[in-house]
Amino acid sequence: MLRYVITRLLSAAAMAVLATLVVFLIANTVPGDPVLAQLGDMAASNPQTVAEWRAKWGLDLPLWQRYGIFLQGVVHGDLGISIASQRPVLDDIVQYAPATVELATIAFILALGLGIPLGIAAAVWRDSWVDATARAVSLIGVSSPTFWLAFVMLAVFYGGLQIAPGPGRLDPIAFPPDSVTGLFLVDSLLAGDWETFRDAAAHLVLPSIVLAAATIGLITRTTRAAMLETMQQDYVRVSRAKGLRERFIIFRHILPNALIPVVTLGGLAYANLLAGAVMTETVFSWPGLGRYTFRSAAALDFPAIMGITLVVSISYLLVNLLVDLSYALLDPRVRR
Amino acid sequence: MSGASITIPAAPSRRRRMWRRYGLAGIGAGIVLAWLLVALLAPWIAPYNPDFVDVANRLQPPSATHWLGTDALGRDCFSRLLWGARISLLAGFTVVLLGALFGTFVGMVAAYARGWVDEALMRLTDLVLCFPPIILALAIAAALGIGTRNTIIAMLVVWWPKFARLARALALVQRGQEYVEAAVVLGLKPARILGRHIVPNAIGPLVVLVTLDVGNAIITFAGLSFLGLGVVPPTPEWGAMVAEGRELVEQWWVATFPGLAILSIVLGFNFLGDGVRDWLDPKARSR
Repeated sequence: MLRYVITRLLSAAAMAVLATLVVFLIANTVPGDPVLAQLGDMAASNPQTVAEWRAKWGLDLPLWQRYGIFLQGVVHGDLGISIASQRPVLDDIVQYAPATVELATIAFILALGLGIPLGIAAAVWRDSWVDATARAVSLIGVSSPTFWLAFVMLAVFYGGLQIAPGPGRLDPIAFPPDSVTGLFLVDSLLAGDWETFRDAAAHLVLPSIVLAAATIGLITRTTRAAMLETMQQDYVRVSRAKGLRERFIIFRHILPNALIPVVTLGGLAYANLLAGAVMTETVFSWPGLGRYTFRSAAALDFPAIMGITLVVSISYLLVNLLVDLSYALLDPRVRR
Repeated sequence: MSGASITIPAAPSRRRRMWRRYGLAGIGAGIVLAWLLVALLAPWIAPYNPDFVDVANRLQPPSATHWLGTDALGRDCFSRLLWGARISLLAGFTVVLLGALFGTFVGMVAAYARGWVDEALMRLTDLVLCFPPIILALAIAAALGIGTRNTIIAMLVVWWPKFARLARALALVQRGQEYVEAAVVLGLKPARILGRHIVPNAIGPLVVLVTLDVGNAIITFAGLSFLGLGVVPPTPEWGAMVAEGRELVEQWWVATFPGLAILSIVLGFNFLGDGVRDWLDPKARSR
């Protein structure tokens, strides 16, 4: 077990270092010359100015040395300065992260809460109308373009029926709760401010449904497949032969074993929600990392894009690591 | 726990079972074929020039003259929708086919070579897979600059690893077979064994899965376009069309129909894929 954990930790660390290399290479093999973009035509025509500028930003150094400097910065939490906001990229990320974490977490709970029961029902009543419905629902969820679904939900429930609040995390006139965690639901509860809590919760409904849509399908299908797989095991037949109640067999014997692959997928799905937030947040004007990513990409703000890519990929790696480790806890066979 | 037990309904008749299992796949195939036809025939069936600007008739609701209304520049939404099928399908198929070609090559070589080559190639795929696809594609697309070709290149970079893994797994199965051992004993060159023996035997499921992945590629391409990194305006593309109508809640038709087009084509591929996966999976078939 210990050996497995150590190998897994080492490989994750190696991957993280390689990820920084990939990000560095993308940023530094941009076809356009940064000199021209930053200095303008006039200054760029003077070779001396260009040489000084290149020296100032270390662009005259060989690529591997620049990578060394970049890596040093990353280790110290320095991801560069955002061109658009003129602030350290890390500060921006820290500021926008809580909104995304809050949204993704609610969407994740929603996806699990709907996806797992739907998957169980589809497997238990295999080939029945329940199965067909679950299949259709999950396929539609997976096939809907997130950015479009977000638009439709806003147009129908906010613009048309006017039963949902508009974009953003709170009413435009409301004040955000005192920041402790940055998660409005938690912060407003801590402050005992029920009105803000209700407001924040209401604003979460539409975006979290939109964000969860694709994941619900994924979880339903995985749960269904895993349930069907487990149902064919000998020990299930034995339980039936012993005359155990069907309900008992399903929930106590099949489900716990069938949930193992769902755990793996669940971890990945959560990481994917963080990434999928790009579309949802853009449409819902949600002040999170997703919208920040979109804005940075639209403004070709490279330090910001690279910072985000690095931070998200490293959290992706961490989630994967946690999933693998919890997998080892759940399934003794992996530990070998 | 007491009381109600879960009842299992009697097995439906064979015909109904077939319909339930493969009916959706048939519908999916129909949708995909229909869109392929639209893409092919767009220049002849589109009622207007998709790029024709007619500001006097901007933002007209759907009517007999403009079936799906007009956009903010007075362009006919229906014509743009039909033309949009071309770029979406083209991008989807290009990304998936080229990605699969490269991925299969990498995976097969890794499986056949084993040892450090296998290790190196698989770590490379792991490396790409440790980035969330949309974010990495976004970063690369931004670095390369806006444009259909660059977006396709960016997507290719994130697309091939899954095929590499799949191809490697399929090739490993074949590698253990006796006929490959026989070929090795006969002294055939590795390239020949791979190309003439392993690939033809492993290619079946691969080709099918590749085609079905087109839906995913289409939705991702539309997403990047929506974010402004895909096509260069005024190219009619569904993701970009949704983006153009994003703020127009009153003029709902501008964003709604291109979104429905994406939904239907992706749903078509996914319906099809679901049926084919069932059919490929011997366990599901025998039951």
